[in-house]
Amino acid sequence: MSDVALIKSLLLTLPLAFLTWRALPAGWPVLARLAGGLVGGWAIAAAVTLLVPSGLMAYLVSFAIVGSIYAVIALGLNVQWGYTGLFNIGIAAFFSIGAFTTALVTTTMPTGVMAGFTQQAFGLGAPFLVGVLVAGVAAGLLALLVGGPTLRLREDYLAIATIGIAEVVRLIFQNERWLANGPQPLRGIPQPLNCLVRDAGCEWLPAPVMALFAPLAPRDYTFVYLVIAALFVILTFLVLERAIRSPWGRVLRAVREEEDAAAMSGKDVARIKLQAFTVGAVIMGIGGALYAHYMVSIDYSHFDPLYATFLIWVMLMLGGSGNNRGAILGAFVIWGVWTGTAFFVDMLRPALAAISPDLPARGPYLRLMFIAIVLLLILLFRPKGLIGEEKFVSRLSGGREQPQA
Amino acid sequence: MNGAAATQLRPGERVKRLLGSRQAFVALLGLVLVALWLVAVYQGIPGQRVLSLMVRGVMLGGILALGAIGLSLIFGVLRIPNFAHGDMMTTGAYLALLVMSLLPLGAPLGPFSFGYEFLIALLVAMPLVGLLGYGLDRLVFRRLRGKRSPPVIMAMAALGSAFLVRSLVYVFWGADFVFYYTGRPRPAFELFAGIRVRPDQLFILGLALAMIVLVYLLLERTKMGKAMRATADNPELARVTGIDTESVIRWTWLIGGALAGAGGVMYGLDAQLRPEMGWWLLLPLFAAVILGTIGNAYGALVGALLIGIVWQVSTAFLNPAYGPGVAFMVLILVLLFRPQGIFGKPGGG
Amino acid sequence: MALLTIEGLTTGYGEMEVLRDVSLQVEQGSIVSIIGPNGAGKSTAMKAAFGLLTPWKGSIRLEGREIGGLSSDKIVRSGMCYVPQTDNVFPSLTVEENLEMGAFVLSGPIDARKERVFELFPRLRERRRQRAGKMSGGERQMVAMGRALMLDPTLLLLDEPSAGLAPLLVDMIFEKIRDVNAAGVSVLMVEQNAKKSLELADHAYVLVNGENRIDGSGAALLADPEVGRLFLGG
Repeated sequence: MSDVALIKSLLLTLPLAFLTWRALPAGWPVLARLAGGLVGGWAIAAAVTLLVPSGLMAYLVSFAIVGSIYAVIALGLNVQWGYTGLFNIGIAAFFSIGAFTTALVTTTMPTGVMAGFTQQAFGLGAPFLVGVLVAGVAAGLLALLVGGPTLRLREDYLAIATIGIAEVVRLIFQNERWLANGPQPLRGIPQPLNCLVRDAGCEWLPAPVMALFAPLAPRDYTFVYLVIAALFVILTFLVLERAIRSPWGRVLRAVREEEDAAAMSGKDVARIKLQAFTVGAVIMGIGGALYAHYMVSIDYSHFDPLYATFLIWVMLMLGGSGNNRGAILGAFVIWGVWTGTAFFVDMLRPALAAISPDLPARGPYLRLMFIAIVLLLILLFRPKGLIGEEKFVSRLSGGREQPQA
Repeated sequence: MNGAAATQLRPGERVKRLLGSRQAFVALLGLVLVALWLVAVYQGIPGQRVLSLMVRGVMLGGILALGAIGLSLIFGVLRIPNFAHGDMMTTGAYLALLVMSLLPLGAPLGPFSFGYEFLIALLVAMPLVGLLGYGLDRLVFRRLRGKRSPPVIMAMAALGSAFLVRSLVYVFWGADFVFYYTGRPRPAFELFAGIRVRPDQLFILGLALAMIVLVYLLLERTKMGKAMRATADNPELARVTGIDTESVIRWTWLIGGALAGAGGVMYGLDAQLRPEMGWWLLLPLFAAVILGTIGNAYGALVGALLIGIVWQVSTAFLNPAYGPGVAFMVLILVLLFRPQGIFGKPGGG
Repeated sequence: MALLTIEGLTTGYGEMEVLRDVSLQVEQGSIVSIIGPNGAGKSTAMKAAFGLLTPWKGSIRLEGREIGGLSSDKIVRSGMCYVPQTDNVFPSLTVEENLEMGAFVLSGPIDARKERVFELFPRLRERRRQRAGKMSGGERQMVAMGRALMLDPTLLLLDEPSAGLAPLLVDMIFEKIRDVNAAGVSVLMVEQNAKKSLELADHAYVLVNGENRIDGSGAALLADPEVGRLFLGG
C-alpha cells in the first residue's frame, strides 16, 4: 500500500470505525466492540481506498462531506420536529446565518485590491472552532427571537413565522452589501487544518506527525475535511442520543404527545418548546458553519428554500422523524437520490431534447419534481419513514386519537 | 411558572392585554401607517409620492386579497395552511401566458397595455387553477383526510405540493422572467393631486374589487357559500349538521384556486412573471390572512389592503425587495398582540 | 318496534374503551334520558348513536336499519338529528343562516320549516338577522335545537342541553324540549341535571363506568334509592 493510500485510509477509518462500532452487537464487551470497530473500520477504509479509482473516490468523499453536513442539520431538525413536534420550515434561516457568521468571524477584512471587490461588516480572523461556536450561538439567538412570540401560539403559526424569518434573512444577505458582500460571493473562508496538506505543514504539529501527512497533496484536503465533518455528525449524534434519554428528552416527547398533560404536571410548555427550538437551531447553525468552511465561498443563493429547507425535510421524513439514526440515514439517502438524479437527468438529455429544445436545460427541475413527489408519497404511504420512531420505555401516554365530535 | 415570575410579568401582560383589544389593535395598525408616513416625510420624500404609493398599495392589496381570500377559506374549511397557494398564483399567471401564446395578438384595448387575448386568457386560467387546487385535494389532501392524518402532516403535504407545482412551472416555462407584453409603453397618467398611476393598475384594482363583490355574493347569498362559512366556523359541527363537507371542500378549492389564478395573472400584468413570484407572495398572503382572522374572507380583504399599503409606502425609503419583510413585521405585530386577528374572538389564537 | 335500538355496544377512542356492552332503546314518541357521573361515557354513547364512532361490537339500529358507521349526512337524512354539547352554533352565521344549514341536505324550499321553528322559538324570529356568535347561551341553545329541527327529525339527540345555563334558562330549555316532544319528535338526551331530566323523561338509563347500571321509567328512577344516592344528593 502506498503512503498516500495508507494515510487516506487512516483518515477514512474514523467515520467507518464509528459505523462498524454501531453495527456490532451491543451485547459485546465495550473493549471488544471498540477494537472490532477500529479494525473493521480500517479494513473497510483500506479496501475502499485500494479498490475505488481515485477520481470516483474524490467524488465519494465530497459526497460524504455534504451528506454529513446535511446529516447535522437533519439532526437539528429532528430535535425540533421529531422529538418536540415543532414545524420549522425556515431551516434556511438558521443554516445561512450559521454559514455567514462563521465566514465573518474566521475571515480577515479584505485589504488592497480585494477590498474593492469584497465588502463585509467585519472579519475577525478567528480560528475555525470559534467560528463554529459563534455560528451556533447566532442561530440560537435567531431562534429565540422567532420562537419567543410564536411558540405559545397554534402550531401552524410557527411554520408561517419561520418561512418569514427565512425570507427576511435571505433578503438581508442578498441586498446588504456592507454586511457580507450582498449578492456577490463572500470568498476566502479558511479551511480548517488545511496546513496538513500544504508543503509548509502545520507549525504546531511535531515534525514526525507532520511527516505522516506529507504524502497528501492539496487536492486531498477533502479527506481531512471529511474527518472533521464526520466528527461533528458523531458528536451531535452522541450528544442528542444522551439528551433524548435524559429527563429533558422525556419532557420534549411529552410536550409533543400530549401538551395538556405535560402542562398539568407543572412544566412550562412554551419554555420547553423554546428550548428545543433553540437547541435545534444551534445545531443547524453549526451545520451551516461546516458548509461555509467546506465551500470556501458562499452567497445567498446557496440557501435557496429548496436546498436549505425542503431537501432537509424530505431527509428527515424519509429517514424517520423522532429517530437520530433515521435523520442521518435520510440525509445520505436523499442526498444520494438528489445527486443521483442529476446523472439520470443527464442521461435523459437526448430524450428531453427530442420533446422540446428547451427541456434539457430545465432538466434539474425534473429532480425537484421528483423529490416533491417522494415527500408526498412518504406522507401518504409511510409517514413513519424508513426507520420509525424509536420506542422508549417510558411513554407518557398510549396512542392518542382525535376524539371525533 | 413560579409566583415571582408571574408577578414580574404582570405589567407587561397588562399592556399586552390592553393592546390586544380590537380598538387598540386597530389603533396600533393605524400608528404603524402614520409612523411609515412620518419616516417618509422625515426622509424628505414628497407627500405626493407617498400618496401615489398608497394608491399603488391599495392596488397591490387588491391583488393580495385575491390570493388571501382563498387562502383564508382553505385555512378555515380544511384547517390547512396552504403553502402551495402562492405557487397556484404563479401557475395562473403562466397558464394565462400559455393561452395568450395560442391566440393572435390583438391591439391594446383603449389606454391599457393589453388586448382582448389577455382577458380571454384570464378567464381560461382562473378555472384551470381552480381545478389544480381540486386536483391537489383529490391526489393528496383527501387521502390524508381519509387516513385521519394530523394537521401538521397536511401542512407538510401543502409544502410538498408547493414545490411540486413550482417544479412544473419551471419545467414548462423555464426559470427566466417574462412579460405578458414586451416593449409596450405603459405610461402613467395623473389621477388627481399629483397621484400618478398606470391605466393597467386601475384595471387591476377594478377587477379585484369586482371579484371580491362576486365572492361576497357567493358567500352571503348562496347555499354553498353559507355552507363554506359554516364549515370554516366549525368543521365538526358542519359534518354532524349534515352539510356535505366533501363538496364544500371541493368548492373551496375551486373558488380559492380560481381567485388565486386571477391574482397571479394580475400580479404578472403589474410586474413580470417568474416562477418564484408566488412563493415570495406567500408571506404577505399569510400576514393578511392572520391579520384578518383565519377563515374570515372579509378579514382577508382588510388584511390584504393593509399589507399592500404598508408594503408600498415602505418602498418610499426601503429597498422594494424588502416588501415581504415588511409584511413579516406586521405579521409579528399581529402574533404578539392579537394572534386571533382583527375579527377573531379573544383566546381564539 | 323501538325507534332506536342500541344493543351490546362496545366502542371507544383509539385504543381506549369507553363503552362496554351498552344497550338502550328509544320508543316512538318518548323522551329518554341518559344520566351518570362524569366520565361515565354518556356523551360517547350519544356520539356512537349518531354514528360518530364506529362500533367495535354490537349494533345501532334506527327503525330497524343498522346505522353504525354510516356518514352523518345519511343519518341526518334518515331522521335523526344531533345537537352537540358545546360549540353547537355557527358563530359567524346569522340565526336564519344557521337554520338554513340545518336543512342543507334538502334541495327544495324550506321557508315553511323555518316558520315552524320560529313558532316554537319566537325569540329566534326576533333575532333572525343576528350573528349566532353574539347571542347568549340560552339563545344559542335555541338556535342549535332549531337547526336540528329543520329536518323534521323523528329522533332528536341532545347532548347536555342545559350545560352552562342559568337556572331560569334551564327551566325554559326543558320546557322547550317538552314542546318539541309534544310536536311528535322523540328525544334522546344526556343530562348532568339528573333530577330535572328524570322528571321529564319517559324512560331513563344510568351509565356508570361505561356500562348499563340501572334503567326504568323516569318516575321509578327518581324514587330509586341508589339513583338518589348517586345523583340526587339524597
